Amino acid sequence: MRLKLIVALFAGGVAISSSAFAHEPSHTAMLSNTCNGCHGTDGASAGFNPTVGGTPQTYIIDQMKKFKSGERPSTIMGRLAKAYSDDEIAAIASYYSTHKYVLAKQETDPAKVARGKEIHKERCEKCHEDNGRSGDDGGTIAGQWKDYLKITFQEFREKKREMPKKMAAKIAGEGPLSDADIDALIDFYASQK
Amino acid sequence: MSIDRRSFIKLLGASAGIGLAGVPMISVANEIMPKKGRRVVVIGGGYGGTIAAKYIRMSDPSIEVVLVEQNKDFVSCPFSNLVIAGLRDLKENTISYEKLTANHGIKLVHAEVTSIDVGAKKVVTSAGTISYDRAVLSPGISFRFDEIEGYDEKTTPEVIPHAWKAGPQTLLLRDQLRAMKDGGVVAMTVPQSPFRCPPGPYERISMIAHYLKHNKPNSKIVVWDANEKIASKEGLFKKGWAKHYGYDAKDASKGLIAYHSNSKIVKVDAKGKEIDNGVEALKADVINIIPPQKAGHIAFHAGVVGEDKKWCPVDQITFESKLAPGVHVIGDSCMAGPMPKSGYAANSQAKVCALNVVQLLNDKAPIDPSHVNVCYSYITDKEAVSVSAVYKVAEGKTISVPNSGGVSPDLSELEAVYAKGWIKNILTEMSS
Ligand SMILES: Cc1cc2nc3c(=O)[nH]c(=O)nc-3n(C[C@H](O)[C@H](O)[C@H](O)COP(=O)(O)OP(=O)(O)OC[C@H]3O[C@@H](n4cnc5c(N)ncnc54)[C@H](O)[C@@H]3O)c2cc1C
Ligand code: HEC
Ligand code: HEC
Repeated sequence: MRLKLIVALFAGGVAISSSAFAHEPSHTAMLSNTCNGCHGTDGASAGFNPTVGGTPQTYIIDQMKKFKSGERPSTIMGRLAKAYSDDEIAAIASYYSTHKYVLAKQETDPAKVARGKEIHKERCEKCHEDNGRSGDDGGTIAGQWKDYLKITFQEFREKKREMPKKMAAKIAGEGPLSDADIDALIDFYASQK
Repeated sequence: MSIDRRSFIKLLGASAGIGLAGVPMISVANEIMPKKGRRVVVIGGGYGGTIAAKYIRMSDPSIEVVLVEQNKDFVSCPFSNLVIAGLRDLKENTISYEKLTANHGIKLVHAEVTSIDVGAKKVVTSAGTISYDRAVLSPGISFRFDEIEGYDEKTTPEVIPHAWKAGPQTLLLRDQLRAMKDGGVVAMTVPQSPFRCPPGPYERISMIAHYLKHNKPNSKIVVWDANEKIASKEGLFKKGWAKHYGYDAKDASKGLIAYHSNSKIVKVDAKGKEIDNGVEALKADVINIIPPQKAGHIAFHAGVVGEDKKWCPVDQITFESKLAPGVHVIGDSCMAGPMPKSGYAANSQAKVCALNVVQLLNDKAPIDPSHVNVCYSYITDKEAVSVSAVYKVAEGKTISVPNSGGVSPDLSELEAVYAKGWIKNILTEMSS
């Protein structure tokens, strides 16, 4: 019990001192902090919304620009992204990309996870490497909230959000993925720890 | 009565400040935690205060932060309209302070702040005084009950809930609706702007109508709005009410909602369950009066309320009071140009204020602010709408960034999902 407490204190101490530098007041911090109300402190989402902290800088820039132009559909990001200049977007993206990516802890179904893993390895790993943890262009899909992934897949499949031709081929091309396949993929990405 | 007590303690605080120690009752104003290094005292552990405390500690851990909050837990107003409709448990709206204070080394004092001695830089609380280098005030709102004849500050809300501070009041309104017979009349009054949460009353109308539709379909909600029109997202609310609740702007007898603008309550008879707008009286089975509002009481005792005797004027870059140097005011109590009195606005202001309090304590120049506000409102259990804006400061004034923000194009099921993402994230931010 006491040992646990000491470890917790120690861990807390480290977290505070190592993050102090990252959080020093700056114009970039000023621009980014305000997004945390929806995306979580340091961009680590506590539910539903996507985690942006620790995702690749190039991906964040790319998505913000697509929200801004309307190329990517959104409920809210399009309206917000329009307020920021390209320089501001680049600053925000660099800020978030330096934070730690925190994988969401969620319940998953082992059978679905196994099935999802198979599909992923076969069709997706090439671009979404390391079980969806990396891949600069495709963002980070491992450990995103299921609600977000579900909405995102729907947008891809209804052709509301554009995907690269090669990804479209894997999802909706020859041998298109079924609803159950998509479900399995979602559980697989959600199961990543 | 209570004002007398408060000003007495304020006097005591002031006298402690000018060094009249030794007066027998001075123990009331004892310094409870002697200050060593640099210290910020944050007053109010709600949407603004928790975030200000956290972001000061995150930005500069060498600054000590003391958070003073009168209640053990915090109950969120956002999403409390869903509780009233029976769609959410009030527990989901309740957060505690343990993790926040432990994770960030924030010192928490559970006490009521009764005044601030600006000259001596001391916060006077029911537990004693606390010295500060800078104070941040985020006390939310208090009510202008005196503008409604017959309204008794203590007894009226026990019969006619305002439910504009979440907690027992929320449950009282929910339970009154549950106890009402089918075919009953619910009356609701909306105060003149500005008030806490511009879309809040209209979300509440939607949620009550949703409850009636599914449980008491022969009932009606009659709304008296003191404003000339719906204060936020007018088009979307009217569209949603027409779509789901049979609302007809031209014929109030139709549907579940009868909405009347330019109708200001002037009188209430709590016993007779009757309200009066000077033209007509209305008897109802359940009444929800949202009283007109002003800054939290403590803002008045701290001398930071402006000439309008309602709200607190602040520097738009640092949120430092224009009236009391060293005291910053954020959230509902402050005036921040076009920013609404919302939880998200309080969250954004807290972060701007935190960073600039840190800058000031480190003798550095303040940083230009950047704020976001997004307010979601549920129309049914499955459809929501939102209003949004990004703000910055130009020539000392807060403005919304042109050609951005705005309202949802339509009612949206996706927004009803992502709104849950908002409440989950913002409450987690405040409590960890
Ligand atoms: C029905 C309803 C729905 C709403 N929905 C939304 C929404 O969907 N989105 C949104 O963004 N906003 C919403 N709001 C608005 C939101 O609740 C407020 O804008 C927000 O709480 C303001 O934050 P604050 O820090 O100023 O005050 P609060 O959050 O009220 O915090 C004030 C804190 O200070 C404490 N305090 C006050 N005085 C003292 C004292 N003297 N001593 C010690 N402690 C003290 C209080 O106990 C409280 O904990 C809603 C409001 C209502 C009523
Ligand atoms: C009101 C809540 C809210 C706010 C505030 C907000 N976001 Fe978002 N964000 C969302 C939602 C919801 C989505 C999903 C797309 C949509 O429907 O808008 C999203 C998506 C994103 C994505 C895409 C993530 C991915 O994996 O593809 C990025 C990047 C992003 N937001 C960045 C930001 C930045 C930067 C800010 C601050 C300038 C911000 N967001 C402010 C709610 C919010
Ligand atoms: C050819 C490379 C490629 C392949 C193969 C590929 N993707 Fe993608 N994926 C991308 C790119 C690039 C994006 C970013 C699209 C954009 O810019 O909006 C992306 C985006 C995504 C996203 C959205 C991420 C987010 O945060 O919003 C998901 C989910 C996704 N891919 C799943 C898959 C799945 C599942 C497969 C396999 C069936 C797959 N992808 C195959 C390149 C690929």
